[in-house]
Amino acid sequence: MKKVIGLLAAVSLITAPFVQASTTITVSGSTSVTNVMEVLAETYQKTEGKNVEVQGTGSSAGIRAAKDGTSMIGMSSRDVKSSEMTADTEKVVIARDGIAVTVNNANPIQNLSKDQIAKIYRGEIKNWNQVGGENKPIVVVTRDAASGTRGAFEDMMKLKRKVNGMKVSAITPTAQVGNGNGMVKTIVANNTFAIGYISLGSVDSSLQALKVDGIAATDENIAAGQYTIARPFVVLIKNNVAQEARDFIDYILSNDGQNIIAEQGYIRIN
Amino acid sequence: MDTVNKIRTSELQLAQKQTYDWVGKGFHLLFLCSAMVGVVSVATIGGFLFYEGLPAFQEAGVSELILGSEWLPPALFGIFPMIVASLISTAGAVIIGVPVAILTAIFLAELAPKWLADIVRPAVELLAGIPSVVYGFFGLVIIVPAIETLFNIPAGNTILAGIIVLAIMILPTVITISETSLRALPSVYKEGALALGASHIYSIFKVLVPAARSGILTGVALGVARAIGETMAIIMVMGNAPAMPGSILEPARTLTANIAMEMSYATGIHASALYSTGIVLLVFIVLLNTTLLYVNRKRSC
Repeated sequence: MKKVIGLLAAVSLITAPFVQASTTITVSGSTSVTNVMEVLAETYQKTEGKNVEVQGTGSSAGIRAAKDGTSMIGMSSRDVKSSEMTADTEKVVIARDGIAVTVNNANPIQNLSKDQIAKIYRGEIKNWNQVGGENKPIVVVTRDAASGTRGAFEDMMKLKRKVNGMKVSAITPTAQVGNGNGMVKTIVANNTFAIGYISLGSVDSSLQALKVDGIAATDENIAAGQYTIARPFVVLIKNNVAQEARDFIDYILSNDGQNIIAEQGYIRIN
Repeated sequence: MDTVNKIRTSELQLAQKQTYDWVGKGFHLLFLCSAMVGVVSVATIGGFLFYEGLPAFQEAGVSELILGSEWLPPALFGIFPMIVASLISTAGAVIIGVPVAILTAIFLAELAPKWLADIVRPAVELLAGIPSVVYGFFGLVIIVPAIETLFNIPAGNTILAGIIVLAIMILPTVITISETSLRALPSVYKEGALALGASHIYSIFKVLVPAARSGILTGVALGVARAIGETMAIIMVMGNAPAMPGSILEPARTLTANIAMEMSYATGIHASALYSTGIVLLVFIVLLNTTLLYVNRKRSC
């Protein structure tokens, strides 16, 4: 009898996670969106008692995960191209975000034009004195090619060129590559010569965001359409996704969800 | 006649017993299966890599892929700069790390007073247990800024930073295996050398180290494999720029870093190119091991 009870206990222990897993909402994709999605998920768990699992894997991976069903919800920090959509997927914009061009706190530069930034990233401007700074080399920091932040940044700054008829990145290959917002932030915060771009919501006192064409990277300026290096945060779902996932997205779009998005430094969409 | 029969029946019983030796057979099979786990894993990984990576070789061409110097997916897939980066960082780590490791092993096995060995040995063993992300963080916070001030360069995320981190990472492997093989030597070697009038240091370098060469080389081989295969720490300290490095004071991307950074999103021919990066890495490790095995055999004959 004892054995049977023990066996039952063991079986229930093993199967318990699976029973729970049926109501777990899985979300994966952009590391930029992950920041705010984790807070949303935590609050949703507390108020609704539903499990939400968030994983930061990069926008392209998130789009793919939503399409092949490995995650219920895919996150992207760039607009999802129509060529990437299939008939049975739909996208929902949940917030907007600016991309801040950041430099070290010790850097006297406050403002750069879009053209200057593009030239720095193409490797045509290599010294801070060419843009009105000190006579010091520029350390260019970019993101890995999987990043939605990089994709959006390249699109908006026209950092694309054609090789063999295919669109490739025009960012100088000698640029340092950080695999995540945090990595770029650490490099820029510790290197007085560095320039890097990160999600505006991730900017804090460890580094400074530059004005672009004289306009500060603030929520108001983005909402007013003044600061133009901005992109949507998109979630992607399949038409036949579980109701739990749809409820979660409704919650994100509700007033409570949008308040959290604003608290985290991103721009609400309604 | 009777005794002969007795002997015959007992022989027969013995023979029967041997044919029904299930336990022995079972263990034999268990040993065989265990031995096969490693072999089957390597074969599966190798087969998988070739299956996934071959399309890139076919589409881009073997020479364009291996000798091409521009990595611009989805148009160009040249991994030559990464091959160079992997080789230089590993070679540098070996040049710095292996002498330090072998001297430490000799010190621990022959020279150190017991109390000191009792401090150094656990410290070395602890080094082996530190996860590579911690090494990377240490490199990012300590070594990278140190290189910036020491060489007066704008960014310390360089091959040199990678070399230093890798040199530290291979220490425990080389030290532990070298020390074990030094300790395993018969004591008559040392006693004979000392009896012939050789000094302690002379007997170490002329008798003990040559006698333990095979073990030390195994340690070095494992250390090299660790260095060339390391990923996380390298991504954090080497800057990951896919351009051809001009010196060890420039950033570079290793083969492993290339796979780790782009695999999560790559599709189609791009993914295939990453698998072929894996093939190149595998080929390097096979070449390396074969060379060391060959050197080892030749010397011991």
